Amino acid sequence: MTQMNMIQALNSALFHALEKDSSVLLLGEDVGLNGGVFRVTEGLQKKFGEKKVIDTPLSESGIVGSSIGLAIAGFKPVAEIQFSGFIYPAFDQLISHAARMRNRTRGKYSCPLVVRTPCSGGVRALEHHSESTESIFIHTPGLKVVMPSTPNDAKGLLLSAIFDPDPVIFFEPMKLYRQLKQEVKEDFFEIPLGKAKIVKPGEHVSMVSFGTMVPQCIKALELLDKKGISAELIDLRSLSPLDFETIQDSVHKTGRLAIVHEAPRTLGLGAEIAATIAERNVLDLEAPITRITGFDTIMPYYRLENDFIPSSERIAFEVEKIVRF
Amino acid sequence: MAKKTVFSGKVEFVQVLDKDGKADKTLLPKLSKEELKQLYRWMVFARIADEKCLKLQRAGRIGTFAQILGQEAQVGVALALKKNDWLVPSFRENALIWALGAKAEDIYQLFGGFEKGQQFSGLNILPISVPVGTHPLHAVGIAWAFKLRNEKKVVATFFGDGATSEGDFHEALNFASVFQVPCVFFCQNNQYAISVPRKKQSHAQTLAQKGLAYGMDGIQVDGNDVLAVYRVARTAIEKARFGGGPTLVELVTYRMADHTTADDATKYRTKTEVEYWKKRDPILRMQHYLKTKRLWTEKWEDTLGIQIRSQIEKSVQIYEALSQPQVGEMFDFLFEKKTPELEQQKNKLQNWKNQEEGKV
Ligand SMILES: Cc1ncc(C[n+]2csc(CCOP(=O)(O)OP(=O)(O)O)c2C)c(N)n1
Repeated sequence: MTQMNMIQALNSALFHALEKDSSVLLLGEDVGLNGGVFRVTEGLQKKFGEKKVIDTPLSESGIVGSSIGLAIAGFKPVAEIQFSGFIYPAFDQLISHAARMRNRTRGKYSCPLVVRTPCSGGVRALEHHSESTESIFIHTPGLKVVMPSTPNDAKGLLLSAIFDPDPVIFFEPMKLYRQLKQEVKEDFFEIPLGKAKIVKPGEHVSMVSFGTMVPQCIKALELLDKKGISAELIDLRSLSPLDFETIQDSVHKTGRLAIVHEAPRTLGLGAEIAATIAERNVLDLEAPITRITGFDTIMPYYRLENDFIPSSERIAFEVEKIVRF
Repeated sequence: MAKKTVFSGKVEFVQVLDKDGKADKTLLPKLSKEELKQLYRWMVFARIADEKCLKLQRAGRIGTFAQILGQEAQVGVALALKKNDWLVPSFRENALIWALGAKAEDIYQLFGGFEKGQQFSGLNILPISVPVGTHPLHAVGIAWAFKLRNEKKVVATFFGDGATSEGDFHEALNFASVFQVPCVFFCQNNQYAISVPRKKQSHAQTLAQKGLAYGMDGIQVDGNDVLAVYRVARTAIEKARFGGGPTLVELVTYRMADHTTADDATKYRTKTEVEYWKKRDPILRMQHYLKTKRLWTEKWEDTLGIQIRSQIEKSVQIYEALSQPQVGEMFDFLFEKKTPELEQQKNKLQNWKNQEEGKV
C-alpha cells in the first residue's frame, strides 16, 4: 500500500496496463514528453517508449477515430482528451462508430478503447474547461461511462476499463485530482464496472452521487448528522451501466432518495435515476425524490462557478427537506 | 502523354527587417513616421499589459492566462485592417486586440472570470475562442455575408500551428476558397502547441502550403518582423477586399512564455532554443530600425513607458473595482427571453443566496 492522490493512482494504473499487455497504447495531446497537462502520464513515455506513449497532433477526431482503427486491429488504445470540453470534434467518431461497431457487425468487430478525460468544475479554469457532460455519453447506447471520486476507485476502475472489451468514457474530476490522498495497492487490481459503492450506511435517506459531488455529500453528511439525520451515501462510480440494484435496496430501507450531481438538471443522470426508482420503489417512497444539481444554464466563468455547483450546505438543506416532508 | 505535372506550387517567405533590424529597402512598406512609431507603441503597450496580466494571475487576481510575450508583431495586422473590417481571434491575440482599440481591462476581465470582458464594445471583434481551430469557420461566414451584401469589408482570423491539425480548420479553408470570400487566415506558428513541437504537428514543410491544397495563396512571413507582418497582411487584406479571395498567412514566431500560467515550458524545450529566439525579439528589432530612421530616442522610450504604465494602472484599478457579478446573471443571456423554468431556477438560486447571506 502507498499513499496516492488520484493522479498518482491513475498513473499507476496506466503503468500496470502497459506492463501487463503489449497491446495497450496511450495517445493524446501532450501525453508523452510533457506527461500530460495534469501529469497523469508522467514518466510513462520514458519507461515504455514513443511507440507506446504517443504525442499526437492537436486533433480529437484524429485521436479517437484512429483509436477505433487501432482497436479493431487488435490494440487497446487509451486515448486522452485533454479536457472533456474539447471532446466534441471526436463526437462523431464516438457516437457514430465506437459505440456502434460491435452492434452493426453483429460482433465481428469491436472497439476495446478507453477515452480518459478530465471533467467538472471548481478549479477556476477558463471557459470550456469545467463542464460535466456525462449525460450525453450515458445517453448513447454502446458506450460505457465511468467517473471515480477516489484514488483507489480511479485505479481499479481504469484498469477494468482498459481490459473491458467495449468502449469506455472515463471521466476524471479535475477538482479531485490532488484533493485526497489514500492508501492504494501498488500492484495490478481491478474494480468491476457497473458496481456502486456505499460510502456510508444510513437509515433516513439515501443520497446517490458521483464525481466531484461525493466529497460535498460527505461534508453534507456531517451537517445532517448534527440535525439527527442519518443519511446513506452511495457513490455510483460507474454511470453506465448503472447499479440500480444498490440504489433500489437502499431506498427500500430508507424510503427517501436524493440524487446529487454537478451537471445541469434537465436530463442529467438524476432524472433517469428518479424515474427508475419511482417505477421500481413506488411503495417504499415516503417523500418526493429530490435532485440537487447544477442549473440548466451554461457553466459560468469562474467568478460564479461556485454558485452553479451544489455546495454541501445546499445539499444538506434540500436533503433535510425531504426527510422532514 | 500519359504522365505530366498537373500542379506545382510555391511558398514564399517574407522578411523586411532582419534579426538585427536592418531593412531590405526593396520590401519596405510605405508607412509614415507616425505609423512606424504607432506599430512600436502598440508592441510596447502589449508587452507591458501582458506582463501586468501575468502579475495579476500570480497574485490570484485573475485566472489561467495565456501570455503573448514574443508574439507582439501581430499588431502589424491592426494597421492593415480598416475600421469596418472584422477580427475573429483565438486566445493569443491580446496584442492585436489592444492595438485595435480594446482596453487593457477588457482582457483582464475575461481572464478574470467575467463574461463581459468578451464584449470588446465598439469593436468588430468576436469573443476569444478557446476550442482550438473552431472559429475560422465563423470568420468565413462573416466574410461570406460581406460578399453576399457586396460590402467591401474583410475578416482576419487568427489561430495557432496546433489548430491546423483540426478538421474545422480545413473545412474553413475549403469553404473560404470555394466561395471566394474576403477572409484572411493568419496562422501564428509559434513553434509549439503546448508541449508538441511544430514538426510533430505536421509533416508538411510549411503550414502556409496547406492553403495551396485548397486553391488559395499561402505565404510565410517572419512573424517577429512587424513590417513584414504589415506588408503581407495589407496585400492579402486588400486582395480579399477587391474580390481576390482568401489567403493563408503563416507567421513564423515563437512563444517566449509558458503556454499558459498552468504550464511549465522547461519540461519540453531547451534554454538554447529560447535564447535563439530572444535574439529575434520583435520589439528590439523594430527599435533598431527606428533608431536608424532617427525615430527612436531613449527619452522617447522612457516617456512612452511612463505613459503606458500609468494607463495600465488605471485599467487595473477599473478591473479591481468591479464587483462580483450578480448570481442571477448566469440565467439572463441564454436566450433573448428567459423560459419559465429558467426563471424559476434563477429565483431559487437567488433565494438560496439571500438565505445564505442572511445567516452570516
Ligand atoms: C479543441 C481543443 N483541444 C484541446 C485544447 C487544449 N489546448 C488549449 S491550447 C492548446 C494548444 C494550442 O496550440 P496552437 O494552436 O499552436 O496555439 P498556441 O497555444 O501555441 O497559441 C491545446 C491543446 C483546446 N483548447 N481545444
